[in-house]
This record gives sequence, structure tokens and C-alpha cells, in this order.
Amino acid sequence: MKGVTQEEYYRGVRMAPYDLVKELAIALAGVGVLALVVSAVVSSPDEPPVTISAWVQSDPVDFVTTATGELAGTTTSAGYGQPYNATADAAQKWGPISPQAWLGARIPIDSANTFVIQPLQRAAFGNAQLDTAVKTWQAASADDQGKWTDAYTKALTDAKVADDGTITVADGDYGPLPLMMANLLGMARSGALDGLLQISGRFYQTDYTPALLFMGDGGYLDGLAGSWNLHGDQWGMMNETGQYPGQTWLWLYTMWYQVFPFNSDTGALGLSSANADLGIVILMTLLTAALALVPLIPILRDIPRWVPIHRLIWRRYYSAKVSA
Amino acid sequence: MDATSKEIPHPAAEPANWTLRVRRYIDRLLPMDHLLPDRQPYYVGSWVYVFGVVTIAALVWVVGSGVVLSFMGPQWWHVSGVGRFFNSLHFWSVQLFFIFMVLHLWGQYFMASWRDGRAATWLIGVVIFGVSILTAFTGYLSQQNFDSQFIAINAKDAMNGAGIGAFFNVLNFGQMYGLHVMLLPIGVTFLVVWHIVMVRTRGVVKPIDPEGANRS
Amino acid sequence: MDSPTTYFHWGFILISLPNLLVIAGMVVLFAIALVAPFPHGGKDDGRD
Repeated sequence: MKGVTQEEYYRGVRMAPYDLVKELAIALAGVGVLALVVSAVVSSPDEPPVTISAWVQSDPVDFVTTATGELAGTTTSAGYGQPYNATADAAQKWGPISPQAWLGARIPIDSANTFVIQPLQRAAFGNAQLDTAVKTWQAASADDQGKWTDAYTKALTDAKVADDGTITVADGDYGPLPLMMANLLGMARSGALDGLLQISGRFYQTDYTPALLFMGDGGYLDGLAGSWNLHGDQWGMMNETGQYPGQTWLWLYTMWYQVFPFNSDTGALGLSSANADLGIVILMTLLTAALALVPLIPILRDIPRWVPIHRLIWRRYYSAKVSA
Repeated sequence: MDATSKEIPHPAAEPANWTLRVRRYIDRLLPMDHLLPDRQPYYVGSWVYVFGVVTIAALVWVVGSGVVLSFMGPQWWHVSGVGRFFNSLHFWSVQLFFIFMVLHLWGQYFMASWRDGRAATWLIGVVIFGVSILTAFTGYLSQQNFDSQFIAINAKDAMNGAGIGAFFNVLNFGQMYGLHVMLLPIGVTFLVVWHIVMVRTRGVVKPIDPEGANRS
Repeated sequence: MDSPTTYFHWGFILISLPNLLVIAGMVVLFAIALVAPFPHGGKDDGRD
């Protein structure tokens, strides 16, 4: 009804006094008191962040297994695809739709070099043994490297952790890996690896991509997240650490991850757990657009007429109509 | 009309003075007694009508506590008891903001408040909902604690799958923090002001009346 | 407040106690808003 003035719209409608400013003032005070009291009584959640150092001290075998996986190219980050690297067929796609692949490797992360080789090269200064080990690794053929990482990864499943935090595995042909990993373990334990990955060669920086990707490749941070029910298959998006409410407004977004086809390996219509992120982003974009366009959508825009909630809200109006 | 003005209004002639044109436009669109009316239609008599203003009140507390937190820097609340209290204020006023915003959405939906030329008001409201979710998301990423670590690591898959992960890098604290404390609050505030102006310009919608006739 | 909270598992739904309280509270609040009497200001002053 364009062009209708309020005077015309409300012609014949009885008006009553109403104090909007007082209403706002009361609302400000009420919300304030509620927030202040609840904050004072229950505070807010603040689980301390994990560091690589904490990871190593808690589970050195998982750390070394992850680092070995980086060299082998088997970790999540190593085979992720865009935007970190151009691994073939890694990007999520639904038929021809693959925005992940279209936008390219704009945040290049070379997992093996960034997380393992370069830190060890820094530590090799003045450490002839380590220097030789790293050079041996880099000079070796891909076949040899693969043999060593396969064997070492298998052996790590039965690794023993000594009191000083070092690990030992059964005898075998692992090439320079045990020495490299022992040094990496030491760097990690001391906090040096945290520093190196966070600073990434700069002094001032605020981008934690390398450190978070590396920790995300391992089982420690992920295991802690599972214990707080933060995983995707635990409705995790909605949840919070401790006894606090989370982001309840994300209920519909996280719900799709729990249902077919997004929770299934085989799925349907080309959608499965393999491309669930892409599929659900598309779905939620469509649903949000539908919500915004409700005034234009038949049935959705008519439901309010059929459901008698408005008759409760406006009961004075409707009873006046009946008695008129 | 301005009683002291010498101009005689002529519907066909727009004044040459741009300032006068803007003033007249605003006066037509939203005169003061529409912006701040002291009366409402008598059918504005349900508690459902207060959810909107309570949402605004919660937003004021969100922004206020957020300003204090940003002034003291992102590490303050981890190392100071007072800081932790302001973080709690921010956390709980955000919870209240979303609670009341959704209640407001439910109310407006069941009143079909988009009727009578108010579809744009509804649309802006949904946009506010979406931008608020984005603002909260960047806020959760800015916490610099375990929660933000895992949210970043997990959410990156959705951003990357959608193709925007390189431009909106959830692992980049600096980017997320900057969006959260400046760009997105400006966006939310602008949209909320626009939404309120739209509501006050048109007034509250009339009750659903299948007969179509006006009732007083 | 920092220890893990209780979760409820019904079919495919898994929800934490605090989240359940928030959502249930919202539904209750909406229902109350629908039925609770609203204070009506002064009598109609006859202006239109």
C-alpha cells in the first residue's frame, strides 16, 4: 500500500496513549539488571586454549604420528585442497558446483615443510646429527620416504613413552625419522614450535592459520572438543564448554549435519558427508532467502491467517468487532 | 507547513533548493510525531509488542559491554576479574539479544506484519538476523580460548566448501576481530536504525481482518 | 560452571541442558506474552 499516509491508514482507528520512550527506558533497565545479576552469579565460559607444547606433554605419540603424517602427506591439511593446496579431487563439489576449487590455493600451506622440515632446519643449526638427518630425508627418493613413513607410523601404534616424555618404538627401518621426530618433540615440548608456527617468520602478526591447521591435524585438540560435545556430529555448533548455553540460534544449521544425506557416506542426489559443508551452505542460503521473502511465498505467508495466534494477540480488537 | 515561509506550495514545482527538498521529504516521510508518537492504535495492547524494544535494549548492552572490552584489548578478560565480568555481561546480553530477537520474529510472523506495504521492513529484519549471526560468529572466533580454536578449525570447512575461506579466513584472528569490533557492529546498527525508521514511517500493521473493513 | 553439562538424547536430537532451558524458556515466555493482560494506558482522548 504505497503512498498511504499514517493519517489515512489509521482513519477510524481508535488511538490510545502510549509511552515509547518510557518503554525503552524500562527495557534498558530490565535487561541491564538481568544481565548484571546473571553475570555476577554464573560468569562466562573460558576454557584455556591448547598449545602444541600441551599437546606433546599430554600425548607425545599422537604428536609424532601427526608429524609423520605431515611428511607422508596423509594428514587432513596435507590433502585438504583449496585454499591451502591444489590436491586433485580434494575440494568439495556437487555436480559441477565447486566454489572451493574455483577460488584457488590462495592461502598456500605446505604441511610437510611448514610444520616439520623448516622448524627442524632451524633447530639443526649447531646440531650436526639433526642437520644430516634432515638432509638425508630431503635427498631420499619418494619411494624411500614412503617406506619409512609407513613403517614408522605402524610402529608408533605400539610406541612406549618414557618418563622424560621421549618415545621409543620397536626396531625397524625408519631412515632418519626417529632422530628428526625426537628433535621435533623436544622443540614442541619447549614451546619453540608454538612460537615458530605462530610468528611464521614475521614479528607482528595476527594470523594463526599454520598453528591451528597443525593442531587440527592431530587427535589431542579434537579429542578435547569431543569431550565438550563440540563436534559436527554432536550438534556441536550449538554447544558451549562448561554449563553455559551455546549458539542456540544455529540449531537449524547444525541439524542438517545429523540427518540424511549429510550424515551418510553414500548419501543421495550427489550429496553425502563428503560434500556436506557445501550442500548445507547452499541449503541454508536458500532457506534464509525464503525467510526473507516470506511475504511473497504462498502458503508460508498465509499460515498466520490459519493459525489463531493473532486472535490471542488482538483479542480486544476481535471482541470489539463481535460486540459491534 | 512552515507558517513563516513565504513559499506557496505548488504540487507541480519542486523547489530549486536541495536542502529544502530534503527537509520536505523527511517531513513527509517521518514527521516528529510519527517518529516519537505518544499514542498508538488501541490494539497495540499485547506483551508480544514489547519484544522488539527489549531486543534493542539488549543490543545497547551488547555494544556497551563490547566497547569496554575492545578498549581494554582482547586479552584483558582472560587476566582480570573485572574483565571477566564485562565478558560475562557481553556474553549474557548477546544471549538475551538473540532470545528476544527470535521472540520478536515469532510475534511478527504470526501477526503477518509484512502486510500493507511492510514487506521491506520484514526483509530488513531477516537481514539483521543474518548479520547478527555473523557478528556473533566473529565474536566467538575472537575469544582467544579453546572454544575459538575449535570453532575456527571446524568452521573453516564450511567457509572453504563455500569458496569464501580464502577471503574470510576464520583462522585469522586479526581479520575476525576487526570484523567483529568495527565493521559488523556498524552494519547491525545501521540496519537496526533503518528497520526502526521503516516501522515508525508506516506505523504498526492493522490486525488480520478477513472481512477487509476497518474497525475502530 | 566449567565442568561438562548434561546432554539429552532423543532419537537424532542431542541437546545440552542449558540450551534446552533457553529454548523451552523462550516458548514459555512467548506463551505468557500471548495471554498475559497488558496494562492499558489512559482512556481514549478522542484525538484522531
